[in-house]
Amino acid sequence: MTRGKLIYLDNAATSFPKPPEVVEAVRSYMTEVGSNPGRSGHRLSVEAARTVYRTRENIARLFAFPDPLRVVFTQNITEALNLVLRGLLRRGNHVVTTAMEHNSVMRPLRDLEKIGVELSLVPVGPRGELRPDDFDAAVKANTTLFVLNHGSNVHGAVVPLRDIGRIARKRNLLLVADTAQTAGVLPIDMEEDHIDILCFTGHKGLLGPTGTGGFLLGSRVPEGFPVPLKSGGTGSRSDREEQPDFLPDMYECGTLNAAGLAGLLAGTEWILGQGLEAIREKEKALLSQLMEGITAIPEIRIYAGTGAADMTATISIDLEGMEPSELGERLDEDYGIMTRAGLHCAPAAHKTLGTYPRGTIRLSPGFFTREEDIDTTIRALRELAGENRKKQ
Amino acid sequence: MKNPNKKESLPQAVILFFGVSHALRGESILKEAHLPGKLVPVPRQFSSDCGVCLRINREDGEKILALFTEKNLEYDGLRDLD
Repeated sequence: MTRGKLIYLDNAATSFPKPPEVVEAVRSYMTEVGSNPGRSGHRLSVEAARTVYRTRENIARLFAFPDPLRVVFTQNITEALNLVLRGLLRRGNHVVTTAMEHNSVMRPLRDLEKIGVELSLVPVGPRGELRPDDFDAAVKANTTLFVLNHGSNVHGAVVPLRDIGRIARKRNLLLVADTAQTAGVLPIDMEEDHIDILCFTGHKGLLGPTGTGGFLLGSRVPEGFPVPLKSGGTGSRSDREEQPDFLPDMYECGTLNAAGLAGLLAGTEWILGQGLEAIREKEKALLSQLMEGITAIPEIRIYAGTGAADMTATISIDLEGMEPSELGERLDEDYGIMTRAGLHCAPAAHKTLGTYPRGTIRLSPGFFTREEDIDTTIRALRELAGENRKKQ
Repeated sequence: MKNPNKKESLPQAVILFFGVSHALRGESILKEAHLPGKLVPVPRQFSSDCGVCLRINREDGEKILALFTEKNLEYDGLRDLD
């Protein structure tokens, strides 16, 4: 199926389309390199390993991080967050997080609660307002880390990560950042933002294929932590039956998604070429256009952050008198507009917004969305609202 | 070491690493510093955990190792090639 005239507003789930360079990089990797990275000394295996290594360098560069060998790849950010949280936290430890988290953070934390990890949730306002001082106030004698979502996957609000990071440093705690919605879209600096472990996904703002993600391990994290979740073949220390204790091999066993990482390399090249500022400005303009257009439709309620300057290009909406699932279906079938309906893997966030269990329709344009796509979407919503008004 | 492509007349050495990512990091650091070095399969006479190593001019050896230490890059050792 070709994209044709379809309008894709589900970039918060995964970015689409990808730059043509990304598609070409995957194709070229699979036809011209194709080997297993780091498993042999022959030139194709070395070329495969070089592709993976260059991806580490680009990821490190994007987050102003000095050591590419402390960039670890996983199959997605959920695996990275699980590895980090389960590998760091022990019975009796206390964690502070927010009431806006995605299940990729919330579910591992709820699992860890069952083995005796304590959890505090700082409150968040309906537009994503969060007071960094609440993190300070939540710290106890046994607190080990803060973990939080940098940008909401439900309504785009971005949290003041740097201020929270400053508190983590002052209290000698670790800051774990979930950048699923912000990497490749907002400037993030590991050092300036005081991030100790930055978890990222490769297939959203970083424009790579699905099946790519990972984390950057800052130097304040005690050596040997997080404890690896897996062990297995790494292509290194092959004479031993113990997992290597050096980075990145200690966390990366089994064959990496090298074809995917070749695509991520091209995605990050593309971002570095465009510049984050240009990407950000384009997305901000689309977001403002979308919000202005929808604000003029009285039956539609918008859930969003406090303004385009403090948001990613993601909002949620609800049309009075129509179930979100029905609205999503109508947008798809009648107008060819792809959105996401329901609860966006974040029940805590929906409770904070007062949209639980009904859910919302999420609209998330991306860099390749056109102004006319937004106009079409606004027109479609106006028509559906009008039609619904007559029915009532 | 038999290497038909080898053109260098200067005495050569290799730096061994624990893993291929380290060797690639080494290659990248040399490139940045404009120092000659080439990623090659580990010569038979040396045992190494990883299949590749960096071939360098022997005279640059100490300078390169100091650079690696400065960049926090661990290596397995420096070996002269005959």
